[in-house]
Amino acid sequence: MTSADRPPSPPRPERWLRDVHAPAVARSPERRESFETSSGIPLAPLYAHEAEGAGPGEFPFTRGLHPSMYRSRLWTMRQYAGYSSPAETNERFRFLLEKGQTGLSVAFDLPTQIGYDSDSPEALGEVGRVGVPISTLDDLDTLLDGIPLDRVSISMTINSTAPVLLAFLVALARRRGVDPRVLRGTVQNDILKEFIARGTQRFPVEPSVRLAVDVIEYAAQELPSFYPISISGYHIREAGSTAVEEVAFTLADGIAYLEACRSRGLDLVQVGRRLSFFFNAHNHFFEEVAKFRAARRLWATICRERFGIEDDKATQLRFHTQTGGSTLTAQEPANNVVRVTVQALAAVLGGTQSLHTNSSDEALSLPSQEAAQVALRTQQILARESGVTEVADPLGGSPYVEALTDAVEEGARALLSEIDTRGGTVAAIADGFIRRRIESSAFKAQIAIDSGEATPVGVSEDAEIPEAPFRVDPAVERERRDAMARFRAERDETVVTAARGEIARVAASGENVLPALIAAVESRVTLGEIAETLALEFGEYRDDA
Amino acid sequence: MPDPASRRSGPIRVLLAKPGLDGHDRGIRLVLRALRDAGMEVIYTGLRATPGSIVRAALAEDVEAIGLSSLSGAHQQHFTAVREQLEAEGADDILLFGGGIIPQNDAEELRAAGFTFLYPPGTPLDRIVGDLRAHLRPESEEGG
Repeated sequence: MTSADRPPSPPRPERWLRDVHAPAVARSPERRESFETSSGIPLAPLYAHEAEGAGPGEFPFTRGLHPSMYRSRLWTMRQYAGYSSPAETNERFRFLLEKGQTGLSVAFDLPTQIGYDSDSPEALGEVGRVGVPISTLDDLDTLLDGIPLDRVSISMTINSTAPVLLAFLVALARRRGVDPRVLRGTVQNDILKEFIARGTQRFPVEPSVRLAVDVIEYAAQELPSFYPISISGYHIREAGSTAVEEVAFTLADGIAYLEACRSRGLDLVQVGRRLSFFFNAHNHFFEEVAKFRAARRLWATICRERFGIEDDKATQLRFHTQTGGSTLTAQEPANNVVRVTVQALAAVLGGTQSLHTNSSDEALSLPSQEAAQVALRTQQILARESGVTEVADPLGGSPYVEALTDAVEEGARALLSEIDTRGGTVAAIADGFIRRRIESSAFKAQIAIDSGEATPVGVSEDAEIPEAPFRVDPAVERERRDAMARFRAERDETVVTAARGEIARVAASGENVLPALIAAVESRVTLGEIAETLALEFGEYRDDA
Repeated sequence: MPDPASRRSGPIRVLLAKPGLDGHDRGIRLVLRALRDAGMEVIYTGLRATPGSIVRAALAEDVEAIGLSSLSGAHQQHFTAVREQLEAEGADDILLFGGGIIPQNDAEELRAAGFTFLYPPGTPLDRIVGDLRAHLRPESEEGG
């Protein structure tokens, strides 16, 4: 082949290389001096059709948040874990950190998520089932025993009771002599999607949003390295939405929080820089990659156009991804390793900042330790062996992927307009629009499965479902009751009563609740007591189905 | 099987309920829609129903079947509590079925405790409709 026959080499994005990539690499060097394939073909940090156009690290961030993406820093490998008791979960955390996990992600049991202590009647049968029970500051101390709070980032999937868990964390840092200002991590704190799809809301929607903003405001003032909210599409997708609906409803929630922060008088640049998001990685590989790219572009545009945020960093959609739990099958669970790999690859090619890969046995129960290890190894293989980390946004510029990216963005914009005409996100939740959309998509998906059109591989009518690989010991609930009885016996009730009185006062006054909650947990007030005190002020959520 | 003399005609009346703290309602809402589309009269409790509220609703609504859903691992506690409460009210002729992530051993215990049908996630909706019809309107082709 003569040089005349060769296809023209792509233009070098000179401006981007000079003005964006080079300064970024000067600040934070790439993992290697140069990247090349097994054949010695040198790999540029970016491939583009045109010398101009926004590259990675440039508004609106379609091609990624950081100029050198994974060439500088891999995503955070963050496996969600929690079960039985604080001590047992601590062992799993240490196991995962030892195997190379780079951040912790805490799964709480339902009583903790909704605001009931392990010894409350509402907690019967639920303690330690879907996560770890944390009712007291001592429980969090046990959970994070031996884990350096100034070095390991801690993500907590907690919403209604996010202010309480954040209070526990700040109080624990103080107890250990760690300056809370160095704490890194996330509280999910996305209460709107609980009303839409996840169902752990404790209070009515308005006081719930106020508590979410309290957390954001407190973190803005006191916890500069902490992400006070993770606006989540994951559960919306698990509830049955399409990819387009996942983007639209998640960003609708994001808009509602920014509006609430603006009403509170918070600086939206400061808030925007500490927002984070959480998406699902589902089955349709190219649509998923396009979804992440579209979500980034759409969010950045919304921040600028609707909210007038000029600081580009404050318009960045930084996100965690989890592979799609509802795509896993109980039959032939080993096949799930392959599903998870493909989904995780979509998240990486979509530019995720952190990733949870599901364990193959999660359609049956919480994961066994063996399956949890394979799940983490899957990420490590993608990161270290597949080579997909060596060029930013490797699928960008593909006519197919760009067309899908445009189409996802357009579909999401149309839904956002519909929500606007209904009076905004909270109104569209209240009038049932969002739930009806999701339910209708879930129904269509189920019909496609039932008709045989979309039956998962390896699933047949009457095949054996394997026995659950993991079971929570029922003795845990009794042990937790005993521990709570000891905890209550050892405290000064007058101090507890006074601290609860202060919470009630602050809740009624509209002041930020966090300082009072931190003081309360240091006075040994429990999570359940705090939630109950708040519920007396705010009322209790009731599902009107 | 219910005594043929006590069999009813007309639309099948069903109560669907989410006992406990579990918020996963994708499955139960799909079942709700499928049963209604099949002509049944279905009442749904919403999230966080208690055994007491479920049994009260079942009696007040005069249902022939109760379907419970749990995907949080607390099925044994809540399903059994509903069963016991029904017995205490002398209403143990109501057909019980359940859905969710229920390991095999637990499923056997629940069947022995009177849960006639247990459905894992992904069960075809037609099967649930068919089972209820076959059980509650065995003589009729289109028992509603």
